[in-house]
Amino acid sequence: MKLIYEKSQPGRRGIGVPGTEGLEVPDVPAELRRETPPRLPEIAEPEVLRHFTELSTRNFGIDTGFYPLGSCTMKYNPRVNERLVGLPGFAQLHPLVEDDAAQGALELEWHLQQILLEVTGLDAVSLQPAAGSQGELTGLMLFHAYFRDRGEDDQRRKVVIPDTAHGTNPASVTMAGYELTPVKTDARGNIDVEDLRGKVDEHTAGLMLTNPSTLGLFDENIEQIGRIFHDAGALMYYDGANLNAVCGISRPGDMGFDVVHINLHKTFSQPHGGGGPGGGPIAVRDILEPFLPVPIVARDGATFRLDYDRPKSIGKVRAFSGPFGVFVRSYAFMRSYGPGLREMSEVAVLNANYLLAKLKGAYELPYERLCMHEFVLSARGLKREHGVSALDVAKRLMDYGFHPPTIYFPLVVPEALMIEPTESEARETLDAFCEAMLAIAREAVDEPEVVHSAPHSRPVRRLDEVRAAKNPVLRFRFEDHPEEQGAGDRQLEAQKGA
Amino acid sequence: MSYLSLTDADREQMLATIGVSSVDDLFRDIPAGVRFERELDVPPALTEAELQRHMEELAAKNVVDEICFLGAGIYDHYVPAVVDAVLQRGELLTAYTPYQPEMSQGVLQAIFEYQTAICELTGMDVSNASGYDGTTVAADACFVAKHATGRSKIVVTEATSPQVRQVVKTYAPGFGLEVVEVPHEGGATDPDRVRASADGAAAVIFQQPNFFGVLESAPELAAAASDAGAMPIAHVDLVSLGVLEAPGAYGCAMAIGEGQSAGNAMSYGGPHYGFLAARNDYVRRLPGRIVGETVDADGNRGFVLTLQTREQHIRREKATSNITTNQTLLALAGLVHLSLLGPQGLRELGETCMALAHHAKTELQAAGFELAFPERATFKEFAVRTGRNAREALTRARARGVYAGYPLGRDYPGLDDALLVAVTEKRTVDEIARLVEALA
Repeated sequence: MKLIYEKSQPGRRGIGVPGTEGLEVPDVPAELRRETPPRLPEIAEPEVLRHFTELSTRNFGIDTGFYPLGSCTMKYNPRVNERLVGLPGFAQLHPLVEDDAAQGALELEWHLQQILLEVTGLDAVSLQPAAGSQGELTGLMLFHAYFRDRGEDDQRRKVVIPDTAHGTNPASVTMAGYELTPVKTDARGNIDVEDLRGKVDEHTAGLMLTNPSTLGLFDENIEQIGRIFHDAGALMYYDGANLNAVCGISRPGDMGFDVVHINLHKTFSQPHGGGGPGGGPIAVRDILEPFLPVPIVARDGATFRLDYDRPKSIGKVRAFSGPFGVFVRSYAFMRSYGPGLREMSEVAVLNANYLLAKLKGAYELPYERLCMHEFVLSARGLKREHGVSALDVAKRLMDYGFHPPTIYFPLVVPEALMIEPTESEARETLDAFCEAMLAIAREAVDEPEVVHSAPHSRPVRRLDEVRAAKNPVLRFRFEDHPEEQGAGDRQLEAQKGA
Repeated sequence: MSYLSLTDADREQMLATIGVSSVDDLFRDIPAGVRFERELDVPPALTEAELQRHMEELAAKNVVDEICFLGAGIYDHYVPAVVDAVLQRGELLTAYTPYQPEMSQGVLQAIFEYQTAICELTGMDVSNASGYDGTTVAADACFVAKHATGRSKIVVTEATSPQVRQVVKTYAPGFGLEVVEVPHEGGATDPDRVRASADGAAAVIFQQPNFFGVLESAPELAAAASDAGAMPIAHVDLVSLGVLEAPGAYGCAMAIGEGQSAGNAMSYGGPHYGFLAARNDYVRRLPGRIVGETVDADGNRGFVLTLQTREQHIRREKATSNITTNQTLLALAGLVHLSLLGPQGLRELGETCMALAHHAKTELQAAGFELAFPERATFKEFAVRTGRNAREALTRARARGVYAGYPLGRDYPGLDDALLVAVTEKRTVDEIARLVEALA
């Protein structure tokens, strides 16, 4: 398929702009004036729409089919939420209006805060962070602020992270200026408590933990782990990526966590948009509330306001009060479930265990336990005996019409296939997925070449990622395609000629 | 619950397959002490029709019918209908990050096209797939600059958006960076003062047009930074780049900014997208996703996420940033809008904004108002002295149906009487007349 730049023809345009008749267009000082036009596409409106429609047909979303991408919680995104976010009272509201002009938005944000507090079992919330990883970084900034306030910031430099953690956790630790202390996983998939004991002391700022873990397992020793950290005067951070397993079932605050981020684009159904947007609010225990980023949405009787007057705040981590459109969708999603959010998590866990029960004969199960909302299988046996890797299984699933699971993660499981069905799926869909997984396991024995060379049914065959990284081509190079030359070049040549 | 498919019969059969007798049994690994034993105390469930009504009631409590001259970083530009149509394609809207490229060629190609557009507009060699917003990309740029130069000071002009400066200051301690601000003089930044501060700095961040809408002597600011060995970083408005010179053409190392002006509704501040582009020298230090071109097994062109050895899921604590989720859908909206405009439309959009803003300035001056920075050339925004406290002036104007601007005293002591007035292509000559009346 052509790039939009390869469809460009000089003189075409896709939308008009109100003119300047009767107005003076002031001069831009010569040294600041643009001389070479940017080579944007020149295309009429119908072809612009068709271009992006064609792109959409080369993509796969939850609207298209089953998307069991582990740790990503690809659940149904209700269509009504898209209509609601477009209401003019929301979409056309400027973020810097005075609070009296934004009472509906602030009321929505305040209710969202309250629901997040109830679900997490904590005391205060900031809606600011733009995504889970920014929530992590913000949480670690709160660690610093809390210990600085207690005169312990210079002493407490270490953050403990298990080897099953998402890569964002260690990356956030570095960005926040902390040092990483890794801790092992035990034979049941829990944190290795003995390894942990030797690593937590007066130099420890805290723990970052996902629970259930990226193995889809609830840490059976969570209460003991909480005591180890709190007895050492350290804090506990909960990575909320897997919160979809435990809404209304177990709360991070009750587990002992002091800071939690919530991925609104996972548990609370903000569509992920091919990479974003997300939302990563953080909820905290009362001891951390003074340090939360500004602003906080406060309520005075029947009116709501943005509270910037928080002298111990760490400051701002993004513009304005947060990604409001994300809040609209997530709040609408929560209001559709009400207290039934518990049933949402129950069904997510039921669906995952059903898949696990049906697949564990054909693929290796590294930890023989019931799972929570997701589970990790290993294709190690297929690899060893038939040369078929987790990557091959993933690519072959595409031919059966399914998005592959997360692969090669978590790192503690070789040839990992991490499967998260979510609550959204019908039993028939789960059955069809299992049939495909079992069929691929048979193909690995009978005709491995079909699996190795998959996918066979997508718009492209398997892509050469090594080549992309070795010889990076990161933008369209007009100069390599003189036959597709954009208008900018021609205008420039015309100017030169003149 | 209409979002759930399982029937009672399904549940029975599934539990039997699993080999447990109830759903509760599935949670037996959760210690009794941390189980939540009551019902969640949250508002009751609503049907879709009830939800629609509830949300309409909330939306109706917001005031969006005053004529909008408010900007200060987020602008009331027109968003074309085709943008909405593309964003509502479920295959794009409801996809995850394109980890599996064969399932995701649509999004990957769109990001590649977006990166191309950002490079063209900014005059840079490479763009990432987007950052959270116009503030966080500034913090990202500081991280790049620190590691590229080995220096630990960031200079930022006071005429850069207050929100950008606040976010940079929040991030800086964790990065081990000190932040120094250079004051403005009469609404613009003196290159000599930048030169004096830039000694030993990793980067100099300035905004063009600056927060007051004023056109800075950007090439001189960039030169002042470069002379001191600091990376010049321009924070720019995409909508201005049809008429204003590209940062790459005047020596900047990076260009960053808030993308909302292209393709995004104001939406009370988000979600929007930040863009971040750089010279090739910095490509392996850039934060976030980057899409590259490659070929498939048959030799046909395709696109993948690339240079992933920079990223958190590979490099973990040695990554160039922790970014995972970004703002792809909003960046796609920007690409669609820019594709509709084309080079000619973008230039006209800039000229129309400038012409209308110039008209508003002229009319306000004719009515006896003084400009805060009368000597300065501006783009689509300017500061006007209201002759009284600007918040009072705003309240009076709002009573007449005009949201007249942003009171600058909130961030700049000494400008308590000044309003920052933004004029986009959506405003009309008649609406500008109402602005003048409303402030009188």
